[in-house]
Amino acid sequence: MEHIAIIGNGIAGVTAARHIRKLSDKKITIISSETQYFFSRTALMYVYMGHMKFEHTQPYENHFWKKNRIDLIQGFVTKVNPEVKNVLLENGHAIPYDKLIIATGSKPNKFGWPGQELEGVQGLYSKQDLDLLEKNAPNNTVCQRAVIVGGGLIGIELAEMLRTRNIPVTFLVRENSFWNGVLPNGESQMINEHIQEHHIDLRLNASLKEIIADENGRVKSVIVAETGEEIPCNVVGLTAGVTPNIDFLKDSGIELGRGVKVNRFLETNMEDVYAIGDCAEQHEAIGNRRPVEAVWYTGRMMGETLAQTICGNKTEYNPGHWFNSAKFLDIEYQTYGWVFPEKKKKENETHFHWRHAKEKKCITIAFDQESKQLLGLNTFGIRIRHQIVDQWLSDKKDIDFVMEHLADANFDPEFYRTYEPQIVSKYNTDFGTSIQPKKKNLKRIFQLG
Amino acid sequence: MSNYDKSMALTGQPPKSLSLNQKLATVLGMMGMGILLLATFNVSFPNKTLWLTVSLLAISLGTLWFSWDAYSRKLPGIKNDGVWFKSISSRGLWGWMAGLALTGFYIILYFYPEYLGLVNGGENKGVIALFDPLSKLLSGNPASQWFVYGTLYTVAILIFGIKFLWKYRHNRYERLRTFSVMFFQLAFAFIIPEVMARLNGHKILNGGSLPYYDLKSIWPLNYYNFEGYRIKGFLSSGDIGFALLIFGIISIFVITPILTYRYGKRWYCSWVCGCGGLAETAGDAFRQLSDKSVNAWKIERWVVHSVVVFVTLMTTAVVYSYLGTDTSKYWLTKSTFLIGVAALLTLVFGLVMLFKRDQLQKDAQYGAIGYFVIIMALIGFHFFSGEGQVFLFKSETLRKTYSFLIGSIFSGVIGTGFYPIFGSRVWCRFGCPMAAILGFQQRLFSRFRITTNGGQCISCGNCSTYCEMGIDVRTYAQKGENIVRASCVGCGICSAVCPRGVLKLENGPLEGRIDSNQILLGNDVDLMSLVNQK
Repeated sequence: MEHIAIIGNGIAGVTAARHIRKLSDKKITIISSETQYFFSRTALMYVYMGHMKFEHTQPYENHFWKKNRIDLIQGFVTKVNPEVKNVLLENGHAIPYDKLIIATGSKPNKFGWPGQELEGVQGLYSKQDLDLLEKNAPNNTVCQRAVIVGGGLIGIELAEMLRTRNIPVTFLVRENSFWNGVLPNGESQMINEHIQEHHIDLRLNASLKEIIADENGRVKSVIVAETGEEIPCNVVGLTAGVTPNIDFLKDSGIELGRGVKVNRFLETNMEDVYAIGDCAEQHEAIGNRRPVEAVWYTGRMMGETLAQTICGNKTEYNPGHWFNSAKFLDIEYQTYGWVFPEKKKKENETHFHWRHAKEKKCITIAFDQESKQLLGLNTFGIRIRHQIVDQWLSDKKDIDFVMEHLADANFDPEFYRTYEPQIVSKYNTDFGTSIQPKKKNLKRIFQLG
Repeated sequence: MSNYDKSMALTGQPPKSLSLNQKLATVLGMMGMGILLLATFNVSFPNKTLWLTVSLLAISLGTLWFSWDAYSRKLPGIKNDGVWFKSISSRGLWGWMAGLALTGFYIILYFYPEYLGLVNGGENKGVIALFDPLSKLLSGNPASQWFVYGTLYTVAILIFGIKFLWKYRHNRYERLRTFSVMFFQLAFAFIIPEVMARLNGHKILNGGSLPYYDLKSIWPLNYYNFEGYRIKGFLSSGDIGFALLIFGIISIFVITPILTYRYGKRWYCSWVCGCGGLAETAGDAFRQLSDKSVNAWKIERWVVHSVVVFVTLMTTAVVYSYLGTDTSKYWLTKSTFLIGVAALLTLVFGLVMLFKRDQLQKDAQYGAIGYFVIIMALIGFHFFSGEGQVFLFKSETLRKTYSFLIGSIFSGVIGTGFYPIFGSRVWCRFGCPMAAILGFQQRLFSRFRITTNGGQCISCGNCSTYCEMGIDVRTYAQKGENIVRASCVGCGICSAVCPRGVLKLENGPLEGRIDSNQILLGNDVDLMSLVNQK
């Protein structure tokens, strides 16, 4: 029986394993040093916040793996030998494979800051990082202030986590507005305000110069590069992005760039070795996507795709319309298609932006200036029906159509106030149109003709 | 996880510590409870009206003060910080103590009301006497243990309802739903029946007297609704009495199916029902304690459907016992009734097996066939064994057993007493025959579903953790499958706690309501259609 070994039990590796099992009887082994069972990485924050216990983050009951004949090995892979087709574990065991899937995910970026290895300095990615945070910042007596470096999704989550334990947080963001390498100005500005509402000391245009140690080799303070200010703190969170976790592959002969180099079939340069998820790097970026996509959903989609290839139906990784979501403290964010920030958008990309007068809700719709074709849509504080927008993007609907049918795309819970009339009226004012929004229509939504 | 509780400190750490305001509020609430406790031990309060008012006010204000302090300074949003760190909400010491106290209260209430001061045919004593002035004000009669319970129950739904309204102030679905359960408890369960008692003996009822009737309590939840003494009461009370009896019948056979078809069982379980009302308000802090394992689900299906069979048999037997045999006196006789029951069950069973068989899992099919055969055999047995007792049992024995096992032990002692251990919906999930019947319809014939939003699920588990009915919502969401489960009461919390906007409760066409995808939206279109082909 063909033996499929998978390194990494995150969403990419586990999705691949599940789909291979659905399609075949192959022997499947998942190797991970992180935890015994698959858990949802994105849910780690809720464990620290006390919303869930760690076992709640495990999507499958423990008997699932045996029932589905997926063998789990807890161990750290130190070396991969594609020539002899085996992997070596730290404990000296060698595990032979017929096909190998590398799905080892990411690790937090460290840019060589002085003091970045001190005690009390940590990233937030793995279960081990969570345990470490529990040790470093159990409460606001042990951790009287934390400094977070890097204004992205993990940074703001870490800030939210620490605030639930009333730990004062200083948030260093290199850019002049939060996450504005991804978000257009209006949205980024709204999140700035929301961060401050949560009593987080947000410092824009501020990057880390160095981390200072106390006499015990623990963090004592950080120095801000731009101002030279010294901020005393007990914990430093490094959340300036992630990088593929591939150090163990260095001398394996597998071609590496930032990540494991793969083609559209997710194959590496070595036969029968594949890479998926955060650690995979496309030779050439697909569409507007980045060569390394460190996103939950893409990990899952690569797993779904590779399972086909491994089970005999050779399939390209050919993702559909881009989508993503996140939550900034209390504000939910969803994105479909492409909405670029001002500094990255192309000339033909026009934005329509609406923001609620009082509440933290807004929407940005990107469309082509000439053809008026919908390019993408961002919402904050308003939920959007994935299927509808996905359909609009496929059908290349224009912005006028989108405005008219906006109510169909709303996915907020029942009885929520809806804002389509206000949104459309702002659009009419901005672009000199006179579009009448249609009422939500169940037939259109459920596509019954 | 045990390693998160290493601190030996006696005071909690944020977010599980209490603020000064919360400590004072707790003292105030405890003082209110203290008055009730003293009354229970027969401390005589000179002015009962005053002391009852003081006590209920102290309990209410203490609770409201506590919640206000917890939520008022926070921005609108999900408020589950520290839920699993707090002893009361994570089966810690306080959780077990609260569970024991509640269970003890229920045992005394159901089986030893004399300890609460109930005196049959004499002046009440103890805590029940303390409630006499309020009872006399409403119904004109002295209080009973049920009046004390009803008052405290209503107070609990109101004050914890307000707490819930603050907690979910960003969510209009939750707010409207909570207003609704607060209203139905206060008006329908508490005030209207008490005031209606004043009509007893009045000429508007032809001098008859109506049984106590909480209009929103529908058979089989109020399993006793068609018992002989109640039927007599209804029939002796003129047009109003007759109308109430008819209402009792159409509420289960007409109103319920229509509303459940349109909105799912949530119209009842989380908008109207009193048991649901308490679970959603006072029980909200415990919703995360429900068991999500597949095993628990299996047990749930067998237990709750067995209760339905039990209540059907019991009610049939009870109604049977007081019907006559002479068709010339009244058209409904023992035999016509039994044949009618058999015909109705056969019709429902036949239609389901004919049209919806493929939507039932194998074990559900076997279960349905099993139950059907049992009931039919018992009815058949009756006709062969002649008159006398119905089925194999005395109807009175059956009624008493049901009332003890299901009515008291299951719905009260376990259902509510064990909130802090098994979560807030143990009764609704494992025991309530009404929920089972509504659920049966919801699964097979209703527009209601929880829609999963394309491929946005990140499997975080908040939805499953906070599902009070123990539904593993995530299992469906991460597959892109709509959630269509008999047990879902439509509380909407899974949707509320979802950090990615994946879940939406909605009513839509039956077609395509139940679907399962192998590959979720967002991947290669060709691959999706290839793999998702059915």
